[in-house]
Amino acid sequence: MKNTTKAHPPRWATKVLRWYCRRELLEDLEGDLHEYFTRNVQQHGAGRARLIYIIDVLKFFRPYTIQRPGFLKLLTHWIMLGSYIRTSGRSIARNKLFSVINIAGLAISMSVGLLIIAMMSDLLSYDRFHQKHDRIYRVISQYEYNGKKDEDIQATTSLKAAKAIKESFPGVEDVAILKRDFGGDVTADETTIPLSGFWANDSFFKVFSFQLLQGNARTALKEPFTIVLTEKSAHKLFGHTDVLGKVVKMRQGEHERAYTISGLMKDIPVFSHIKFEILGSLSTREVTEAGNDREMAWDNVWGTWAYVLLEDKRAAPAFVKNLVRLSEKEDKSAKLTHIALDLQPLDDIVTGRNLSNPIGQTMGATVMWIFSAMAFIVILCAGLNYTNLSIARSIRRSREVGIRKTIGAQKSHVVNQFLVESLIISMLALVAGFGLFLLIKPHFLSIESSLRELLVLDFTPRLVLMFVLFAIIVGLAAGIFPAIFFSRINAVQALKNLSAIPMLKGVTVRQALIVFQYSVSIIAISTTLIMHKQYRHFIAYDLGFTTENILNIRLQGNKPELLKKALLELPEVMGVSQSLMITSIGEFYGTLMKNPKEPQDSAGVHFNAIDEHYLPLHDHKLLAGENFKGRGSKAPESEVIVNEQVLKRFDIAERKPEKAIGEIVTVEGQDLTIIGVMKDFQYGRANNRSGNTVIMRYAPEQAQYLNVKILSSDWPETYEKIESIWKQFDKVHPLEARFYDEQIQAGFDGLKASMKVGSFVAFLVIAIASIGLLGMVVYSTETRIREVSIRKVFGATELRLLYLLSKGFLVLVIIAACFSLPVTYLVFDRVLLPELANHAPLGLFEMSAGVISVIAIALLMIGSQTVKVIGTNPAEVLKVE
Amino acid sequence: MKGTNLGEFEEVVLLTIAALVNEAYSVAICDELEKSLGRPAKLGVVHAVLNRLEDKGFVKSKLGEATSTRGGKRKRYYTITNGGKAALIRARDLRNELWSKIPELALKKV
Repeated sequence: MKNTTKAHPPRWATKVLRWYCRRELLEDLEGDLHEYFTRNVQQHGAGRARLIYIIDVLKFFRPYTIQRPGFLKLLTHWIMLGSYIRTSGRSIARNKLFSVINIAGLAISMSVGLLIIAMMSDLLSYDRFHQKHDRIYRVISQYEYNGKKDEDIQATTSLKAAKAIKESFPGVEDVAILKRDFGGDVTADETTIPLSGFWANDSFFKVFSFQLLQGNARTALKEPFTIVLTEKSAHKLFGHTDVLGKVVKMRQGEHERAYTISGLMKDIPVFSHIKFEILGSLSTREVTEAGNDREMAWDNVWGTWAYVLLEDKRAAPAFVKNLVRLSEKEDKSAKLTHIALDLQPLDDIVTGRNLSNPIGQTMGATVMWIFSAMAFIVILCAGLNYTNLSIARSIRRSREVGIRKTIGAQKSHVVNQFLVESLIISMLALVAGFGLFLLIKPHFLSIESSLRELLVLDFTPRLVLMFVLFAIIVGLAAGIFPAIFFSRINAVQALKNLSAIPMLKGVTVRQALIVFQYSVSIIAISTTLIMHKQYRHFIAYDLGFTTENILNIRLQGNKPELLKKALLELPEVMGVSQSLMITSIGEFYGTLMKNPKEPQDSAGVHFNAIDEHYLPLHDHKLLAGENFKGRGSKAPESEVIVNEQVLKRFDIAERKPEKAIGEIVTVEGQDLTIIGVMKDFQYGRANNRSGNTVIMRYAPEQAQYLNVKILSSDWPETYEKIESIWKQFDKVHPLEARFYDEQIQAGFDGLKASMKVGSFVAFLVIAIASIGLLGMVVYSTETRIREVSIRKVFGATELRLLYLLSKGFLVLVIIAACFSLPVTYLVFDRVLLPELANHAPLGLFEMSAGVISVIAIALLMIGSQTVKVIGTNPAEVLKVE
Repeated sequence: MKGTNLGEFEEVVLLTIAALVNEAYSVAICDELEKSLGRPAKLGVVHAVLNRLEDKGFVKSKLGEATSTRGGKRKRYYTITNGGKAALIRARDLRNELWSKIPELALKKV
């Protein structure tokens, strides 16, 4: 009983109530709540009663109980606002070092924040121009064969599923079906240009809001052999856009067909995830693929995108159940296969999870999160500088606050004053940050090619508004802590005795903040160095063959023989070979292989189809047997060269290369004789684990590339020669030729891009932490200048003083290093690097170089200031007193 | 100008205030309502209704004496005004009139 009589309602809740409640309602309401509180204490105990009290206080926050801001109060704040701005301006102008450090730090970090905001704004406007965007869903599939689920989810589905949904599902308004690989060399009148796009059904313009300028949206893609052009393609092809009803010819592979233009559409908006130059009617395929039973196969889920327009978006969950039923029914048509279907909202396509077989570039949620997290950390570091330095210089401002309080300023006035100051600083930083943003924008976009395709980062009024809002939030967040700190200063103490100000109170917090900043710096720089090492390691990786001075030319449908002959006539060309694909850059060709001695065992192997010059040109090592011999391309395939892994996998000839020669394997139903065993090489990218079992097939007629070995001292001239030869053979397509080494490097563009971003962030964080530290050192040495002078008078050596002044900060930086190094090491060694095949091991250099450089910069900052203080004449300092 | 019609819950509260005569303050009203309705009456709801009734001019209020039980805060006592009385009578008349219109047989069948 004793406890209950003494129980009080939580004081802060009462304060909240008093703060918001209208004066005329306050007294009896407070009384009512108190009465209920005492009752609840007796019934439920003190803890529960407090909780109920708090909830009640919050529940009474209603329109009729909130007090309107009084006229007088408002007026004071208005009048004072001018004063706040004036004094803040003066304070910013007077404390130049403080202002410069903070504005610079905030500006640097804000430029990154602005970049992220602009990026988000771009990404979130994707596909919103479709009027029905919130009702459109894409059907996505997960393929499962023999109980083994594919890790990736496909953005595509089967044509069969798409048609079934359109024809038989309730609640579907329409389904737009797109199929890949429509396009080729299009000829109209005299001009021939390559155009690419999709097959699309007649619902395309009903589901999506792409604007049709000529033609009928409902019938444009209905008839077979009709196409729709974009304005840009029409201009390229005809030079004008009056093209409706015209007939063009399109060569696609072997076939040349005539198509009628049934529509002309406006160019595709930038923020559309579907991009194309030309659309062909899907009904064409019903004619051309009539005999192809794969066309409508249930398990052919890799080529069709289906966009479902639902009548009601709330029906989506129920709709998914229908998809499950469809799978159950249709799975029977494909042996051992299960296709799981799901819906993905159109609005999530660009920003959602990464899917396999995307129709166009997407960003993916992970990348966005990483970018945002990095921006947040950078801004946090700069904000911490502000907070830190504001409090560190409190000794200078406390007298001002004391006087303000003496002449009648309330706490809220002091808080407002300091918030206004931090807002002014953040606005100035916004202006500077905006300039920086304009500077880094083009660099950011050129980090990786996909960014340039995805983002525009143009200004809209909405974006400007968001920038300003962002600056206000940053300003308030950075300023709120110092503002509260200053508002608590006791006026009497502040005026009487400066040293009584609780300046030391914030010391541990400030130290923690410095440790945090430096930990982030060290983690950022070590991460960048580690990524750099991996990148260098991978692009110089020993793939098991030579790529030096090899130029790969894409044939683009041309016959290789004549081109090859013409190229060989150039003196710089040492040799030419043909291949189906380029290995080690991320391309994969796969087929099924069987060992006839164990007919149960079949497995996928990767392959390349080559001619007899390929292996010597690339310096592939043969362990046994011999290379292919040239033969006419008409002869049937009969020979194969395999690598060691194939012998291992199929257990051929006791895995001994010499014995394997002459053995027979079955590939795609043909018996092939092993004529050679080659040394293992890296078929996939250097960081790829799969692709160990590789066979080389002899099929020069399948060649897609010419591999040209070049020995030239004047590369531009050689390139020009090659280009002029190319032009003799192909007038439509521009030459596509790249050095092998460049292609390998391009395969690691992603890593390179993250490296660039990482080093930029590391640079920013270190810069911000350094100027923050500089500010701290300046203020703390200033406050200790008298102490230093006295020590000097008593005969302390300069070295001793240097040690004394910098010790505290150095310890902090070292603590940061002790914390962040092991963290970085463990994260990379245990978590990240094991994910990466063939990675380079962590070295002492990457781990220590970052710390050493960060400590060196910190030492420079600390040293420069302490030396300045030590150099002052003690007599001048001490005579003031 | 707010409407002067009387909602159902408002009517019940107003009647309770009238019934409590000089003891009608928020907590007492809640307790009384709980007794007569048979379910808990939330202070938040009642408080809002009292405020609205005062806005409509059906009740007037004044602060009473301070007591120690309420953390030293005074109670606000409500008394019914002439307008309130008229509104109550109007409401009762409306009901009576509607009742009288129902043929006796009509209800028996239900």
